[in-house]
Amino acid sequence: MEKKDIIQSFKDSLFTGLIALALFGPIVGLRTSSKGEGLFITPQWGVVFLLVGLCILGRFLINLNSARKTEITFFSKFTSKFSAITEDKAKHFAITAILFAVVFPFLPFTDRYFMDVAIMILTYIMLGWGLNIVVGLAGLLDLGYVAFYAVGAYSYALIATTFGWSFWICLPLAGVFAAFFGILLGFPVLRLRGDYLAIVTLGFGEIIRIILINWYEVTNGPDGITGIPRPSFFGLPFKRSPDEGETSFHLFFNLEYSTMHRIIFLYYLILVLALITNYFTLKIRKLPVGRAWEALREDEIACKSLGVNPTNTKLTAFAIGAMFGGFAGSFFATRQAFISPESFTFIESAIIVAIVVLGGMGSQTGVVLASIFLIGITEMFRDLEQYRMIAFGGAMVLIMVFKPKGILANRKPTILMHGDKK
Amino acid sequence: MLKISNVETFYGKIQALRGVDLDVNDGEIVSLIGSNGAGKSTLLMTISGVNKAKRGNIVFNGENIENKQPHKIVDMGICQVPEGRRIFSRLTVEENLRLGAHANEKGKYFENDIKEVYDLFPVLSDRKTQRGGTLSGGEQQMLAIGRALMSKPKVLLLDEPSLGIAPKLVNQIFLSIKNINKEKNVTIFLVEQNAKKALELADRAYVLVNGKVTIKGSGQELLKNKDIQAAYLEGGAKN
Repeated sequence: MEKKDIIQSFKDSLFTGLIALALFGPIVGLRTSSKGEGLFITPQWGVVFLLVGLCILGRFLINLNSARKTEITFFSKFTSKFSAITEDKAKHFAITAILFAVVFPFLPFTDRYFMDVAIMILTYIMLGWGLNIVVGLAGLLDLGYVAFYAVGAYSYALIATTFGWSFWICLPLAGVFAAFFGILLGFPVLRLRGDYLAIVTLGFGEIIRIILINWYEVTNGPDGITGIPRPSFFGLPFKRSPDEGETSFHLFFNLEYSTMHRIIFLYYLILVLALITNYFTLKIRKLPVGRAWEALREDEIACKSLGVNPTNTKLTAFAIGAMFGGFAGSFFATRQAFISPESFTFIESAIIVAIVVLGGMGSQTGVVLASIFLIGITEMFRDLEQYRMIAFGGAMVLIMVFKPKGILANRKPTILMHGDKK
Repeated sequence: MLKISNVETFYGKIQALRGVDLDVNDGEIVSLIGSNGAGKSTLLMTISGVNKAKRGNIVFNGENIENKQPHKIVDMGICQVPEGRRIFSRLTVEENLRLGAHANEKGKYFENDIKEVYDLFPVLSDRKTQRGGTLSGGEQQMLAIGRALMSKPKVLLLDEPSLGIAPKLVNQIFLSIKNINKEKNVTIFLVEQNAKKALELADRAYVLVNGKVTIKGSGQELLKNKDIQAAYLEGGAKN
């Protein structure tokens, strides 16, 4: 490396330091604290200098590396391992992952916390798969997917608390309601594409949330709905002491009572729901309607000229995607036993879209990997409290840097030729 | 078979077609030539229902189609190969072809139809599992034509099949258009800027200027027409 380069990178890193100073100075350097009367500003220049110094050093090191034109070995290893995950291997991965998911609750290290995280990841996987129908297959960017999640959750909660029907009756009803809302959203946005569609769906998501907050008589407003019935194991409730004339799960199977039973049941429930979503998507891709979705994503005019009816095609995509969102919503309601509009904010939609996009649009396995990566990382840094969102952002940036088209960007053909396997 | 009378189409306030009259008879190859912006593609889009005519009638086999939705028109047997091919680039060749059969029997796919397309364009058969986007321009054009044939059309509307394609392949494509017409008995309505090729192929032809048909006649007649030679044949070569 030449001397000129070193001076150049040193200048560059000093400039970085200047930006860092401008940013950290006011934000970190000036701390307000209330002592007695009024606010006082306490400067913390020490911390600022430390941060600025770190930025300068970091930038300098990066410059040195790039000037030498050698890739950082750690990173390149990382990427090559990532690219090795192709759709071919994805099949083996899928089988292994499902097997692992099935035995997961009985592994020795699995505790309550792990189970909760796993249930959360599976919920997001299911939502991701549901949204994948709309975004990945039909190419309709929907930023308000959480609306259907909310409709499903509220339908389930209201039906279950009002009529006292069991989970297995309420679940399909919630799905139907969500699908209905999917069509409701679909109609006004039929003519929109891309950015415009995204804006309207974003608005739709907010409208649903605001209705939930303000329609006090029905939704109980910001207080939410409490006492949502827990699911029962085909009629056997998970209770320590069942009511008169009832048998509970642990008595029926002669087990000692444990709260884990219900958690494990919930885990399998969401696993099965998610796998149904996946199976459905894989099947429908091979049917004319699924193929029409993909064609619509590629080129709408060509679709019209070939006799594909874009109206019906878009509406089915919205309806079916919404239906799975609704299923996931009912699961969420029954798991939490309490729901309020706060659970259905825009950030949820954003996370689900991020999972689909980062997974590689339209890739089912990609959704799984992205969910584990994004939700898992955010959970790992839970101790950092609100700063864990930095980890979330970091995970996104990492995926976009190393796999700009998503973790699994290759589209798998729906027709494989008999005879000419390659 | 297809009778267009006094059709006017607008884009907002801009009038693209100013009263077009044109017929296509059963079994014919009819070419429509004209310069950029004459309204050729607009006319095709109006026939297939993607753009709507503000005035005038389009009658296909005795039925008015000017107010029908595009997919209904495809069901009736008019299929368009759009300008710039517009194949589904992330889908494989075979998937593209299956989508062509979407209108036919609600997307039921017929081995035989696919085989016929592969017989017509053997190169597609070699590339069945390849993504549409990885094909060359000429192969994409073949795919687009094959895809349209999958809907078993009575009339095939072709929009500039020679656009952006190597000259050698252009000959091959025009030859296959002729084959489709003669052997499969599909009526062809061809829109082209490559006037020489289009007129040589056509039984009858029309010239469209500023949204109006100015000259019509048999392909051979138009090839010999002095005005056309000046405007579209020799004149084009001179610049």
